[in-house]
Amino acid sequence: MSEVLVLVDHVEGQVTKPTFELLTIARRLGEPSAVFIGAPEAASVAAESLAEYGAEKIYTVDDTDTKDYLVTPKAEVLSGLVEKAAPAAVLIVSGGEGKEIAGRLAVKTGSGLITDAVDVRVDDGTPVTTQSVFAGNYTVQARVTRGTPIITVKPNSATPEKVPGAGIQEVFEATVSEVTKTATVTASESRKASGRPGLTEAAIVVSGGRGTGGNFEPVEQFADALGAAVGASRAAVDSGWYPHSFQVGQTGKTVSPQLYIANGISGAIQHRAGMQTSKTIVAVNKDDEAPIFELVDFGVVGDLHTVLPAATEQISRSRA
Amino acid sequence: MNVVVCVKYVPDATGDRHFEADNTVDRVGVDGLLSELDEYAVEQALQIKEAGAGSEEVVVTVLSVGPEQATDAVRKALQMGADRGVHVRDEAIAGSDSLATSLVLAKAVEKIGSEAGWDVVVCGMASTDGSMGVVPAMLSERLGVPGVTLGSEVEVSQGEGGQVVRIRRDGDFSTQTVEGSLPLVLSVTDQSGEARYPSFKGIMAAKKKPMQTWALVDLGLDAGQVGLSAAWTAVQDSTARPPRSAGEIVADEDGSGAAALVDFLAAKKFI
Repeated sequence: MSEVLVLVDHVEGQVTKPTFELLTIARRLGEPSAVFIGAPEAASVAAESLAEYGAEKIYTVDDTDTKDYLVTPKAEVLSGLVEKAAPAAVLIVSGGEGKEIAGRLAVKTGSGLITDAVDVRVDDGTPVTTQSVFAGNYTVQARVTRGTPIITVKPNSATPEKVPGAGIQEVFEATVSEVTKTATVTASESRKASGRPGLTEAAIVVSGGRGTGGNFEPVEQFADALGAAVGASRAAVDSGWYPHSFQVGQTGKTVSPQLYIANGISGAIQHRAGMQTSKTIVAVNKDDEAPIFELVDFGVVGDLHTVLPAATEQISRSRA
Repeated sequence: MNVVVCVKYVPDATGDRHFEADNTVDRVGVDGLLSELDEYAVEQALQIKEAGAGSEEVVVTVLSVGPEQATDAVRKALQMGADRGVHVRDEAIAGSDSLATSLVLAKAVEKIGSEAGWDVVVCGMASTDGSMGVVPAMLSERLGVPGVTLGSEVEVSQGEGGQVVRIRRDGDFSTQTVEGSLPLVLSVTDQSGEARYPSFKGIMAAKKKPMQTWALVDLGLDAGQVGLSAAWTAVQDSTARPPRSAGEIVADEDGSGAAALVDFLAAKKFI
């Protein structure tokens, strides 16, 4: 069986959940081989969890000399591995950096590229992807017809399965050329964690928009009562009320949780693009004409500043 | 300094976007416009021009690859303040994937720069139709220059070895400062700064600005290298998502909204 390369997304060796999802998807296509690019000591932290989720092989690549360069060294490492292992596919987590790595890899290896898949299955021995396009209004099935299929997969596209793999580590000595060392990261500032679930991984997302008037407290407290992640519309982000990394929509995150609760969000197409595929949708909005109500399973026409605190209190009381 | 800004003509996202029988996006039978996310690229190109004014002449060339109507997207950028337009138009290009599109763009950038060179190619973060967000990285790869991408704040300054572009790049876990030396490909997000509207003066001036139309042959490309038949990916099926059935909507007239909301969540076993 052919190898399937999975680029590991991690923070200092702590592997992210979408990576485990990719390992689960990779098993449908062949033998999962994780590609870990990072410090050697971080690799040993990651190896255990990668094997736990089915990695048969783990290529470790020391990035000490290349970590200060944007995107290109990772694409070159993967290109080298594609040549060495002739994999059935390369899977990368969809996101700003992941898609850029994938784009460069496609050019380097003369391969077709599919981005933002929400499912990957095998048909006639080759991967077939499902994508949600045009703000979630269409579903598209596609396949790569040339080279090595390079596929970026959105978070939450599979349930990670713990199926132990051999996890055999192999150091891959990548030759990273000087031309890749051009866009330089000169500073990096970690963002402090909110303590809430990650926006793209959460089962429940509670978000706020223009209707919050800049006060996200009712939204945050309701989210905490439900154990949910907090999101924001572009209007709220553009007004400076909430950080951009929490933006749901076309130019922010696409979420597909079990439950999405939109508060004070009108439901413009750009926002719908980011949440329309959620399983259950609830909205609270003062304006009964807001387009968001066309999407909802349940809606409350009312002021979020009174509805949410009352609901939060009722939930907390029932748990007390 | 020569700045090239790449823009795409896309179906209006607020209209009815759909696919043709061959599963390509219908770009002709629907209302189209300059992709909103590319307006930010035009804005940053113009800001580079304005920052350089006085010390050197900066020429901003708008480049678009697309069907006949894509001229509208180029014209809008000229109205905003770009200096000249290039529209690459060829029937063979229809149905091109991101790889072919980036190839055509790279050849066009090289041709634009063949006389006086080029220094910065500015792109938006993604198109509003395909929304892959990979063309800037592919363009940088093909041109063999740094890719300083997804900038939410852009600054051009004089470095030791020439001019340098520095950006703020917001990731999920950190915010980075990234820089590269010219020539390079720069892509900018919708956080980079509000795009200007064309002024009346700009609209009038745009009519006199030079606009060139190139075909594949002008770029030394062959029809077999682009288009649907040369795409390295194939869409086998596209289906419209069934409309969501209308849900229950209650009015919070007497404070009953919160209780109804909690009841719904409990019935669905979310609490």
